[in-house]
Amino acid sequence: MSTGIEPETSQQQQKTAEVRALEESLPSVAKRVRELPASAPWAILGATVVVVGGGLLTAGRGIGLAVFATAVVYAAAVYLISRVVEGPRKATDRLVTVLVTTAFLIAMIPLVSVIVTVLANGLARFDVAFFTNSMRGVVGEGGGGYHAILGTLIITALAALMSIPVGLLTAVYLVEYGRGRLSRAITFFVDVMTGIPSIVAGLFAFALFALFFGPGIRMGFMGSLALSVLMIPVVVRSTEEMLKIVPNELREAAYALGVPKWRTILKVVLPTSVAGIASGVTLAVARVIGETAPLLIAVGITTGVNLNPFDGRMATLPVFSYYSYVAPGVPREPFIDRAWTAALVLIILVMVLNLAARLIARLFAPKTAGR
Amino acid sequence: MSKSIEVENLNIYYGSFRAVEDVTMTIRPQTVTALIGPSGCGKSTFLRSINRMHEVIPGARVEGKLALDGRDLYGPGVDPVGVRRQVGMVFQRPNPFPTMSIYDNVIAGMRLNNKRAKKNVLDELVEKSLRGANLWKEVKDRLEKPGSGLSGGQQQRLCIARAIAVQPDVLLMDEPCSALDPISTLAIEDLINELKTDYTIVIVTHNMQQAARVSDYTGFFNIEGTGKPGKLVEMDETRTMFSQPSQKATEDYVSGRFG
Repeated sequence: MSTGIEPETSQQQQKTAEVRALEESLPSVAKRVRELPASAPWAILGATVVVVGGGLLTAGRGIGLAVFATAVVYAAAVYLISRVVEGPRKATDRLVTVLVTTAFLIAMIPLVSVIVTVLANGLARFDVAFFTNSMRGVVGEGGGGYHAILGTLIITALAALMSIPVGLLTAVYLVEYGRGRLSRAITFFVDVMTGIPSIVAGLFAFALFALFFGPGIRMGFMGSLALSVLMIPVVVRSTEEMLKIVPNELREAAYALGVPKWRTILKVVLPTSVAGIASGVTLAVARVIGETAPLLIAVGITTGVNLNPFDGRMATLPVFSYYSYVAPGVPREPFIDRAWTAALVLIILVMVLNLAARLIARLFAPKTAGR
Repeated sequence: MSKSIEVENLNIYYGSFRAVEDVTMTIRPQTVTALIGPSGCGKSTFLRSINRMHEVIPGARVEGKLALDGRDLYGPGVDPVGVRRQVGMVFQRPNPFPTMSIYDNVIAGMRLNNKRAKKNVLDELVEKSLRGANLWKEVKDRLEKPGSGLSGGQQQRLCIARAIAVQPDVLLMDEPCSALDPISTLAIEDLINELKTDYTIVIVTHNMQQAARVSDYTGFFNIEGTGKPGKLVEMDETRTMFSQPSQKATEDYVSGRFG
């Protein structure tokens, strides 16, 4: 094999040599465009890290100052070197590249930090027992979040069951039927509802049920109601956007075939936008599944499994995590470990929901390709 | 199944703005009528009022008489949905339903109205409509593929197949070739010629040669200025309209000496 390739490569080498010779013979305009080699920024970075960062660290300064000083010196060094070698336009480009990358890295710090911390602390109890045991009768080690996982799933599913029809139909009304003052008012209040603090939604559910059942009432359904107060505006907003991008021509095409408006909406508009709606709804679920404050007020916490959302307190993952941390038993460690694992499970749930949203969007998308 | 259209003193409004003023014309069955005129003169608005499509725009309404074989389309108790089943429409831009296959697009009129029929009846209808639209040979092996995968000209013929599958009496076409290349345009024009044995066809076009090629009658719409309503200047046989029109404005327009 090597024998077959060799002549060709040598030919190519010859060619590049010719080209190089040609380039050198060209007038100076072409030659003056000098460029730093691709490895230059990395070399400069390495040098700054060793000199500035290493120097400050060995001088006994903090790591924060070392990183900050390294970044500033690096930006300045890249700019100056590039300006001398490549000219001002290239230098500005390189400086802005450094700034943008730095901003990205700063934005990544909290995200990575949260995931690493939760993983490091949560993996200790991320075992089978956590998914099979509740906290009934557990005072120290052992136990798990089985009851809280079930509670979270039940309460969130109920919230979704209430919010999705209401949100979907509201969006259909706003896009297809609503005009004039009523629809403007609805749009306005949906916008206002998007900004409601979650604790207010919890207090609303608590106050509402206290009116009917007396103070001190707690049940899973109250939590679902509070969550759906938070979820409905998100569903309305995302569905509305999706319905708006369905081309008007498709509606007219259906009308022109003698299809009534309601059938057009049901069979043309909704199927065309179902991918976007489904992923929007899934993201709305992911948004409320981690809510703590309203569930703290409306649902409370319990140690055992309660599958009936209409009777008594239920455990949920966020509240379980919160209580395990603020009111641990003795010894403390098992409670803290379980709190971290609950947080980890919650993050995984949200991640799975986000992946599901992407998958749904891809599965339901109108098939355009395929000639 | 082809029917005549009688229009008498028709005024079309968008809210308080009068877009089309006082149109009177008769369109005979089994003919092709072309509507020409400058942009914004109300041709499309008039066309859309024939199958009551213009009233999907809020505030749009019509005064006057518009009858299909003597039956007033705007009479009390007439359902616009029923009118649209009788008067089909093909739009400027091809708009097949993206979620449906070619097969389903053709029978969309039945599918969307939840009408059930036996498989062989549907197969027959699909073949007949696609043959009617000169598309059968090109797509018969991929009927289950999405309709949006076809070329622009094929999509437009698919839309024509979809419109004739509901077996209307009248076919309205709103600049059906303006988004197509010359070859597809020719295919559609040939198709129009074949379709007029079965349907009354009204076509809006900006292309004067096209009007001369495909139509038996031509109506010329004009507008005096912005904010003024559009008017039907004159309507006659296409041959007369392009050789010796009775109005000066028509002559200026068809000879390109306009404005």
